[in-house]
Amino acid sequence: MQQLLTTSLAGLTLGMVYAAFALALVLIWRSTRIVNFAQAPMAMITTYIALLIVDAGIPYWIGFVAALLSGLVLGAIIERVFIRPVEGKPEMNAIILTLGLFVVINAVAAIVFGSHYRSFPVPFGLRGFEVGDVTVALTGFDVFSICSVVVVMMLLLALFRYTDVGLKMRASAFNQEVSRMLGVKVTGMLTLGWALAAVVGSLSGLLIAGGDLVYPSYMDSVVVYGFVAAVLGGLDSPVGAVIGGLLLGLGLSVVSGYVGSELVPLAALSILIVVLLVRPSGLFSHATARRV
Amino acid sequence: MLEIRDLTTSYGPVKALDGVTFTAARGKITAVLGANGAGKTTLLRTVSGLIRADRGNTYLDGLDLARMPAEKMPGLGLAHVPEGRGVITELTVEENLRLGALGRADRSRPADIDRVYSLFPVLESRRSAVAHILSGGEQQMLVIARALMAEPKVLLLDEPSLGLAPRIVVQIFELIRGLVESEGLTVLLVEQNARSALSIADIGVVLDLGRLVAHDEAAALAADEKLRHAYLGF
Amino acid sequence: MSRISSDSLKARLLRTPLRRNILGALIGLVIVIAVLESVGPFRQGQFATMAYLGIAVGGLTVLTGLNGQLSLGHGAFMAVGAYTTALIVHDAPKLLPLPVVMLLSMLATVVVGAVVGLAAARLHGPYIAGATLALAVAVPGIASFFGDTFGGEQGLSVAQPTVPAWFADAVYFLTAHDVSSSKYLAYLGWFGLIVTFVLLGNLSASRMGRTWRAVRDDAVAAEIAGINVGRARVTAFVVSAACAGLAGSVMVMVVRLAAPSGFTLTLSLSLLTAVVLGGLGSLVGALIGAALLTFLPQTITGLGLSVGLSDLQSAQLAPFAYGLTLVLVILLAPAGLVGTIRDAWHRRRSPDAPAIHHELHPKQETMQ
Repeated sequence: MQQLLTTSLAGLTLGMVYAAFALALVLIWRSTRIVNFAQAPMAMITTYIALLIVDAGIPYWIGFVAALLSGLVLGAIIERVFIRPVEGKPEMNAIILTLGLFVVINAVAAIVFGSHYRSFPVPFGLRGFEVGDVTVALTGFDVFSICSVVVVMMLLLALFRYTDVGLKMRASAFNQEVSRMLGVKVTGMLTLGWALAAVVGSLSGLLIAGGDLVYPSYMDSVVVYGFVAAVLGGLDSPVGAVIGGLLLGLGLSVVSGYVGSELVPLAALSILIVVLLVRPSGLFSHATARRV
Repeated sequence: MLEIRDLTTSYGPVKALDGVTFTAARGKITAVLGANGAGKTTLLRTVSGLIRADRGNTYLDGLDLARMPAEKMPGLGLAHVPEGRGVITELTVEENLRLGALGRADRSRPADIDRVYSLFPVLESRRSAVAHILSGGEQQMLVIARALMAEPKVLLLDEPSLGLAPRIVVQIFELIRGLVESEGLTVLLVEQNARSALSIADIGVVLDLGRLVAHDEAAALAADEKLRHAYLGF
Repeated sequence: MSRISSDSLKARLLRTPLRRNILGALIGLVIVIAVLESVGPFRQGQFATMAYLGIAVGGLTVLTGLNGQLSLGHGAFMAVGAYTTALIVHDAPKLLPLPVVMLLSMLATVVVGAVVGLAAARLHGPYIAGATLALAVAVPGIASFFGDTFGGEQGLSVAQPTVPAWFADAVYFLTAHDVSSSKYLAYLGWFGLIVTFVLLGNLSASRMGRTWRAVRDDAVAAEIAGINVGRARVTAFVVSAACAGLAGSVMVMVVRLAAPSGFTLTLSLSLLTAVVLGGLGSLVGALIGAALLTFLPQTITGLGLSVGLSDLQSAQLAPFAYGLTLVLVILLAPAGLVGTIRDAWHRRRSPDAPAIHHELHPKQETMQ
């Protein structure tokens, strides 16, 4: 019982972080029909930026905000410089390009920051809450992780639902030509979409790093989990990404807790294959027909 | 008024528009007619900046629109209703309309969505419905309504009757006629169905393989039996 | 007179793809013997590495270039081949001759490849990429988890193979040199590579190769033309996986260890780099790509050291170069290095004529 609770709580936290990463992938997929495999090393770079700031003796929160802001800038630059030329080209070009960026960014980080493991600080305690004489396996940082992802999701929801910019971004994602006819500067919206996605990705990078070790490839497996979560929910559906992330987090946590952490990637692969074969449009996609 | 001068556009080696020159008079409906592939849709897409012209100009009240990007057009008073509806089906009716208002030139006062709803009451009753559940006629009304949200001086309409029941077509045509008469809107109407287009248009131009072959009063074109047989198919 | 007869001899030798390929293989064999006999043990080891990378890249080239499927998981297939070989050789080093072990390893990979291929055949673009990426990440974990069988993180070590007497005699007869173990492995790798490439070349020119290309160019049109698209995709995947399995088998004998750390995502992505660099679909390109994977790291690491980077930093310059290559090729020369040079060559020679070996070396339309 105790272990099940521990496992579920760990899964919930992890699930929220995967949800954030999956959401980043979905935002980009919706606007440019590209799966950004480079999302993982982009989040890694911004986490290193936070780490450098914190290691210089500057408060955690400044590093936190700086990481998110640098994610914004990095996302915009990557879209403008590298992605713009392959938009509308065969999809294999974009896939290979984002993989190339994946490798380049990882290598650059290893050269600049070194490939050794560095511990990343947390703003809150890493001890579980005590209820009576039982320690619940939910730390302050876990609560912060869950809350920050929820807040970011609410902000994104508000942006898309209630603001003109959000409306323009959604319109650009659904129909570029009609959006242009209506006066929307579609290219700007795509850049903004990548920038926002990179912020969300950076958040997940910071949350995974918190209280743990950071090294250049620490996000590599997260891109796989984020992708599986996004496909699970339907690549087109932000809500699906969140639910897919939570389900995957719980599922993988059970595998990790009861079977073995080495098999977590295999479990993710199995879930992915089952979803793609049984319900390729994902659990929550509205798209009626999708070519998979 | 919209002045089109020597407009030439090609797809690779094929000329889709070849030196087209005419003027769409202010407060009139000008019907652009011709067979499939005559260059009607290309004409609208070139005017609205979706396709770059090889040569020639389009003037909107004296301002040259050629080589301006498509996204500037609504702000200059030109709205384009594309062929095949062009509703953003994932957005709601009201979001489509809000989007239409974002491009308008004068954004000092709030967009008048109620005016559009009074023109299209059916849209108001479905304002929060996702657009893909609308019927074909409702979608066509939505795109016209969305174009009107930008408060255009010139409206480019591409095949508004396509795939709609005759009763709905009449309804839409009467509405356009009404807007032209009450607000002095200039309309460039592309239609495959020449007979019904000439019945509401003031002026007609006929394209054949990218060239302008006739330009006259709508009634005169409708009365010209040779022209009708050769180009208009009725 | 002599000119005409030599032309007709050349024409006769090159008439069918099979003859062309066998001729190429014989020439290749002569070059391999000449090179391996003239270099020292260190270079022999490098050439053995190039051989197994070449086999894997060749297989991936066929999949990606001819069939339009992308796999980021070929490192995982190499792991299957490698672990199979390691398991057989580890337990009973002398039980089976190495070629038989290599064939068994290929067979094991074929089984795994068929399962993955069946799933992948129903996917496209980013979905295949994501699924095979997951495969690349998942497979090393299996080896770690079943530590009793696969040796866990330490992996399984493999003893140095003994050189068969007949082989040593044959080489001595031809070259008057003795055969060391590392030379034997290099020969084994290159024989494997030549056989693989001849088979791949024939496959690509055969009915099956045409089917693969038809599916790549337009799956719907292929389906209408009566091609079983799913089966074409699965066969391409299986053939490609078999190559990776063979490559893994050779690899484990060269590095004498099968461990999870040898089959990281980096391996899969560097195979893809070689394919992209080679120009998606050209076996010659695949060989050039494999050569760069083998020889570039050392050169570029040396370069890094000479400009004052540390060992660890310099070691990262090779992946940096791979990634940069992927990015630059896609942005600047989507036909790949070989494709781009060939296009330029054909343009210079005959501005109007279509590319001569178009059928054998699909160029840009391989990207789909």
